[in-house]
Amino acid sequence: MFVLIVGAGRVGSAVAKRALAQGHEVSVLDEDPLSHERLVEIEGQTWEDAGGIFTVGTALEVDALIEAGVQKADVFIASTDGDNTNLTVAQIVKRRFGIEKVLCRVMDPARAAWYAEQGLHTISPTQHAIEMFEQALGAEQ
Amino acid sequence: MYVIVVGSGKVGLNLTRELIAKGHEVTLLEADRRRYLVVEEELEHAVQYGDATELWILERAGVQRADLVVAVTGDDEDNMLVCQVAKEKYLCERVIARVNNPRNLQHFKLLGIQPVVSATDLILRLIEHEVPRYGLVHLLALEEERLEIIELEVQESAPAAAKRVADVALPQGSLIISVLRDGRGFVPTADTVVEAGDQVLLVLDSGLEDQITPVFAPD
Repeated sequence: MFVLIVGAGRVGSAVAKRALAQGHEVSVLDEDPLSHERLVEIEGQTWEDAGGIFTVGTALEVDALIEAGVQKADVFIASTDGDNTNLTVAQIVKRRFGIEKVLCRVMDPARAAWYAEQGLHTISPTQHAIEMFEQALGAEQ
Repeated sequence: MYVIVVGSGKVGLNLTRELIAKGHEVTLLEADRRRYLVVEEELEHAVQYGDATELWILERAGVQRADLVVAVTGDDEDNMLVCQVAKEKYLCERVIARVNNPRNLQHFKLLGIQPVVSATDLILRLIEHEVPRYGLVHLLALEEERLEIIELEVQESAPAAAKRVADVALPQGSLIISVLRDGRGFVPTADTVVEAGDQVLLVLDSGLEDQITPVFAPD
């Protein structure tokens, strides 16, 4: 599979490395050239030597998305640190490039839930944290 | 009318002032605490503090009963999402979004957000109007209604030159609504003769301009 990940923060870079190690083609797009540092050190190889692709650019620039390979992507992951960026770019690639598997990180649980109802696959770390805290609290009682 | 304005920069603040002066009920939303405190001194309860891309902020502002939501922040993603949520989740019938970066216009359209206002586009239209390059100026496009108003300068060699309005061969779905001559404009009758050098305003179904341009400006 060709996996395109926008936003190489802690989450995005970890998912990218894991996907590459599993044998997928992985392309990462981030506006910060320094975020490339999070991708190195895969069994002593650089990201590129290990077969990864890295592009510097902003999520909403269609040219940057195309350069990063959006047209052949089977999976798209929006994992920048901005909910609004993730929600916008996820919807755009889904509608414009017809990618079926689009995953979108949304910190705000309320919007994660509503956009999920609209058919977007949202993942809300905040919601997961709330549930885990609740479970841990329940276990204490 | 109850209007929610998102973003209290120069555009949002002045828009709010104008709408209040016209007697409308307005709530202005501002996400930046410092800016909010400045604006609050003038607008008092008409401005609320909060990030309008969060659902509860919109709900607190009464989005369910809003007749119009106008998103004019400096961030296109925010404007897009505020309008999308207002329209699709809260079923607000009218939304207007500001486009800061004209390259994002395609994204607004893709998400079904219209109408949109882009300062760059407006200035371009003005430049076209002041310095017509191809003799054709787009004055107004109503995309949903699929209507356009254009302005054309009549050339000497044009088929329409020196003809009565009634005799100008126009495609169905177009109409001459005004003639500008010697610095003044008038609404023509069927007997008005179109002269070279006139500027004519036409209303037309969108998509017809390629057929209409040669009638007035063949070169």
